[in-house]
Amino acid sequence: METILNYLGYFFVSIGAVFLVLGAFGILRMPDFYTRIQAGTKSSTLGAMSFIFGVGLLEPAWFIKTLVIVVFIAISNPISSHALARGAYKSHHQPYLKDGVDAYKEVENQKEVKL
Amino acid sequence: MSTFAFIFLLFSVTILIIAAFFAAFKKDLLQAVIATSIISLSLAVIFYILQAPDVALTEAAIGVALSTIVFVLTIRNTKRMEE
Amino acid sequence: MNDVFFIVIMSMLVLAGVIAAIRFVKGPTAADRVVAMDNISVIIIATLVFVAYFFQRYIYIDVSLVYAVLGFIGILTIARYLEGGI
Repeated sequence: METILNYLGYFFVSIGAVFLVLGAFGILRMPDFYTRIQAGTKSSTLGAMSFIFGVGLLEPAWFIKTLVIVVFIAISNPISSHALARGAYKSHHQPYLKDGVDAYKEVENQKEVKL
Repeated sequence: MSTFAFIFLLFSVTILIIAAFFAAFKKDLLQAVIATSIISLSLAVIFYILQAPDVALTEAAIGVALSTIVFVLTIRNTKRMEE
Repeated sequence: MNDVFFIVIMSMLVLAGVIAAIRFVKGPTAADRVVAMDNISVIIIATLVFVAYFFQRYIYIDVSLVYAVLGFIGILTIARYLEGGI
């Protein structure tokens, strides 16, 4: 039982570290701000959650506290990224549009027509 | 202190010095505030490696949340760009 | 097994931190730098938990917990300032 829990912990920690490195590469390589924030928030949230959960499996006495950290990361990281993307759109960051469709702008225009 | 902790300490001191130069010489004050937040982050890591977790906890709470809010409110009431 | 595992995982985390720091130095606008700072803080939360596991100190996890609770307030403030409605 002990060794199975240890191997499971090693597996989760390795997956988390790989996802953290991939998220950092996405931040470096993507062409504009919105794709960068997408790569950063999705990949690094999953990576950190899996990493800390794996540490909790490696040391079963710490499991409750690591679970609390996982829950707080899952709540707070998407909130901050969402607010940041909205603020960047409002401060006139131009998105990189491959086909010329800006869906958020169309939704805002429809709201103005209804009002 | 093990060798790897020393290497990690050296790495975070390097990050701190780069961010400090950035905060001192940048004309856009909002980016200087972001660099100040990075300074506080790596300073907490240094306290942590030197085995003072209570100091690191206080530094994290004040440096990340409180000082950023105060500096951004100051920028809102004055100007963003430095001449 | 344990030492080799620690060194491999820590070098991967340091590599991720270095890449995010390159984006922090390069990034042209303020929002790019905020994204890089967010990613660096998440990497540091994971690193602190892992170092606490290696040193076998239970009390060290509290620092990481405080980061996870309070880390997003500063980013939220900067985002509201960029939006113009603080």
